[in-house]
Amino acid sequence: MSEAPVLILGATSSIARATANELAVQGHNLYLAGRDLPELWRIASDINIRFGVETNVGVFDIEDTGAHGVFVENALRRVGSFSGVVLAIGDLGSQKEIEKDPGLSAACVARNYGGAVSILLRMANHFEETRMGFVIGISSVAGDRGRLTNYVYGSAKAGLTAFLQGLRARLNKIGVPVLTVKPGFVDTSMTFGRKGMYMLESPENVGRRIVRALMRRRDVVYVPKVWRLIMFVVRSIPERMFKKMKF
Amino acid sequence: MLPTKPPKKKVTALSGWGRYPRADQTLSRPEKAAQLVTAEESVLARGQGRSYGDAALNSGGELILTERLNRFLEFDSKRGVLKVEAGATLKEILDAMVPKGWFLPVTPGTKFSSVGGCVAADVHGKNHHRDGSFGQHVLSLDMVLADGSRYRCSPTEREDLFWATVGGMGLTGIIESVTFQMIPIETAYVKVRHRKAANLDVVFNVLEDDRFDDRYSVCWIDCLSRGKKMGRGIVMTGHHASKSEVPLMSHDPLRLKPRKVKTFKREWPRFALNPMSIRMFNAYYFWREGRKREFRCDYNEFFYPLDRINDWNKMYGKRGFVQYQFVVPMEGARECMRKVVGMFSRSRRASFLAVLKRMGPEDKGLLSFPREGYTLALDVPLSNDLLAFLERVDEVVLDHGGRVYLAKDSRLPADTFRKMYPKIEEFLRVKRAVDPDWKFRSDLAKRLEIGP
Repeated sequence: MSEAPVLILGATSSIARATANELAVQGHNLYLAGRDLPELWRIASDINIRFGVETNVGVFDIEDTGAHGVFVENALRRVGSFSGVVLAIGDLGSQKEIEKDPGLSAACVARNYGGAVSILLRMANHFEETRMGFVIGISSVAGDRGRLTNYVYGSAKAGLTAFLQGLRARLNKIGVPVLTVKPGFVDTSMTFGRKGMYMLESPENVGRRIVRALMRRRDVVYVPKVWRLIMFVVRSIPERMFKKMKF
Repeated sequence: MLPTKPPKKKVTALSGWGRYPRADQTLSRPEKAAQLVTAEESVLARGQGRSYGDAALNSGGELILTERLNRFLEFDSKRGVLKVEAGATLKEILDAMVPKGWFLPVTPGTKFSSVGGCVAADVHGKNHHRDGSFGQHVLSLDMVLADGSRYRCSPTEREDLFWATVGGMGLTGIIESVTFQMIPIETAYVKVRHRKAANLDVVFNVLEDDRFDDRYSVCWIDCLSRGKKMGRGIVMTGHHASKSEVPLMSHDPLRLKPRKVKTFKREWPRFALNPMSIRMFNAYYFWREGRKREFRCDYNEFFYPLDRINDWNKMYGKRGFVQYQFVVPMEGARECMRKVVGMFSRSRRASFLAVLKRMGPEDKGLLSFPREGYTLALDVPLSNDLLAFLERVDEVVLDHGGRVYLAKDSRLPADTFRKMYPKIEEFLRVKRAVDPDWKFRSDLAKRLEIGP
């Protein structure tokens, strides 16, 4: 049997695709999961032709936590085991719409946080069994501080960041690294045409940085790098002032 | 089926590679194949924006950027048949396919163009006299038409749509994916021969000399030399080196080391390119390249010398430049070229890149540029009297039964265009059938009155 693949959750996003490409360059086989099956197939054949690694696809819905167990079971039946997982699902949503209709908040929290916890816990159990693997969680700089314009998304991502911290401590015992990625503005469909975007990084560069950080066994990586500094400044503004700011 | 969210829109000023003309464009950038829809009243697909003029602009309508739809869909490693989404660039294809021993059947002078763009402009390369243009190697196209329907067309299936789309400048629909035949290679290297030619007549003699001919052949011309030396040049020919033609290497001869690339950070001032500086460059280039006789280089150096420098178009400053390329039939070609090179040389219009090439038989593309004869391409920096001057050149070209390349054009008058492309009526018949509301538009189409 061939080498165990890396599971990519949310494989149709451009950051996921770039990260998957970089992993394929390293020779990892891939298991691409997401909601849009035709798109998954396109990306799977793309990676297979370009890099010559084996690619598999599976339908996965982050919000449908009830089905996560079955998803992992089915996938494991097909490929035996996983050598890593990349969680690349995020939905910025619209803060204004959520404020108007608070009912929408549950979905936003589930996509960015709740569902991630459910699937990553199952994967963690799997890695503990096989005593190998790695976890890459794509969080966001938005999780570093709650802001007026995106605090629902931001708080969900903050939850994800904290969850990954704990998971890191748990999996550290068996030598499975957990990498938290905090992208700033990346040139994806999420940011395309949105006002106030600057220093947009290409998904390709983000993918490269993520895989390099993984190989260096880093715990947290900001992409582009300068966001570490920006967020340091943003975090150090006293709350008394921060609450009056409009961004 | 998942509901697909329509991609967001963005407004930005864009131009073609010639940086002239420039206009505000409304953009969308789908990342999923299902998002390729023709919802707006007026749309046009844009790949990498490597056409020179206004072919990939659609002011007042929408431009659909295809750059994220660049997936490789199928590859038959036995026959060398590749199916890719139209947004894939030639560079991506070469990076993946050269190590497997396959090369593009036809390639233009840059590898940064998209495959969709190569079909839409029916591009040619240094091997046109032997292998024809890109369209002749396309096996089928998957298209999204004006009414949103998806069609496959090929030389045998919906033939009319196929040959209207090959060379059709994106005006028949959106090319979703392209299936084409690649050619086998043994190494990533090219065996090259250079031969100096003292003037334009000698250039023609060398180009027509079968002993000197090769799969790839092209001639660089010094447009500023005058008198007896007018039109002096260097004929460059080559073919893909076989294993026996490269020395034993420690690495796989199909793999190359990554290339170092330089970038133009800002535009050069207007005075930087003047007849003097270009004359000096041309003399140096003639000496440097003329010294080489037979040598081997990798495919990047042979096919894509300018790709080494990112954004080299900034060299032409803020105003940009026009690339003037035309083709004239064999008969009378020498005379025509002598006239045109004379006009450029007399008017002291500087051009680094003057390239003369013999062309093979034309294909069935209704608006395709290539036809049997000779083609000349010149880069000219934009100046106040340039457009009037080029219209005088148009007349000479038209007199000799020639035509101007639409992918490089930004200024041709509509009536001259009609005379140059006699199959336009046939093209419009197909266009009316598949796009009755004139949904697919470009600034080029509006200027040339390609419409109902």
